[in-house]
Amino acid sequence: MKIWGFKGKTAEERGTEEAAGEPLDAELRQALGDFRLAVHAWSEAALSRPRPALARRHRPAWRLAAAWTCSAILVAAGVSGGGFYQHRQEQIKQVAAAQARQAEQQRVVAVRRVQAREEEDLLAKVDSDVSREVPVAMEPLARLMDEGE
Amino acid sequence: MATAEEIAAEQFADVVTRHRPQIYRFLLSSTRDPDLAETLTQDCFLKAHRNWSGFRGDSSAMTWLMRIAINLQKDHWRNRRMQFWRKTQTNSVDLDEASDWLASGEKSVEQKMMARERVGQVWKAVEGLSERQRTVFLLRFVEEAELSEIAQATGLSEGTVKAHLSRALFKVRAELGGRR
Repeated sequence: MKIWGFKGKTAEERGTEEAAGEPLDAELRQALGDFRLAVHAWSEAALSRPRPALARRHRPAWRLAAAWTCSAILVAAGVSGGGFYQHRQEQIKQVAAAQARQAEQQRVVAVRRVQAREEEDLLAKVDSDVSREVPVAMEPLARLMDEGE
Repeated sequence: MATAEEIAAEQFADVVTRHRPQIYRFLLSSTRDPDLAETLTQDCFLKAHRNWSGFRGDSSAMTWLMRIAINLQKDHWRNRRMQFWRKTQTNSVDLDEASDWLASGEKSVEQKMMARERVGQVWKAVEGLSERQRTVFLLRFVEEAELSEIAQATGLSEGTVKAHLSRALFKVRAELGGRR
């Protein structure tokens, strides 16, 4: 039963009837007819072939091996990449800690320097103040020294 | 008394029974891959089932189904990921194998050999056609569809269908001419 198409007439039956607005010569018509019958035969055979419930595509061994190799490389890269990342993070932490320690030491040294300078200044001031103060008993002598100068 | 859903399911089952061989044949000739054709045929009817309630009957069920099938195979080949695998994972049979299929008739050995050669030449020409030319050619000369039906199924105008067919026939003629 014909359910779609030339409504009952095959290409052969239509003879030289136009195909695409142009007549078909005998050889072309024959070739197209053979082609159509061949496709129909193939399709019927393919449709009626026994099929397993779960048809699996055939996978060549080399492709399976390549897939396993790629997977192994990816896993190895992932693991080593993770290790490297962790190692790198630790290095960064150590460098940061060393920098922090150095900065703290520099700050302490600077504070100590400031304190030492302040102490020196204070002592110098005290020295100068003490040296300028003359005991009362020595005053006449001190005045003489000033005049002699 | 059957409900509307039951009637629709029954109608759809009838459509599947009647049109499945033709849809499969078209997809097989388009892909030359029996497994892929089967998968796409199932996809086609699955899609049709989902949209069955929306089918208004403006065109015949066959035209509607064929349109879905054409789009599915187009999507399949245009999918870039699939195109990558196309070179390495295709199950398409080669032209020689496809040409081995001949209708069983009372032909002499010589006639069978000539027929096999002709079929091989047509397959070779079909392989060299563009996607649209191939679709239009197969619908016309394998499925024996009318120009108006091809136009509806492909979404092209009849004039464009004619132009594609003409170019396809030119290539088939050239292939057959080279054989002489």
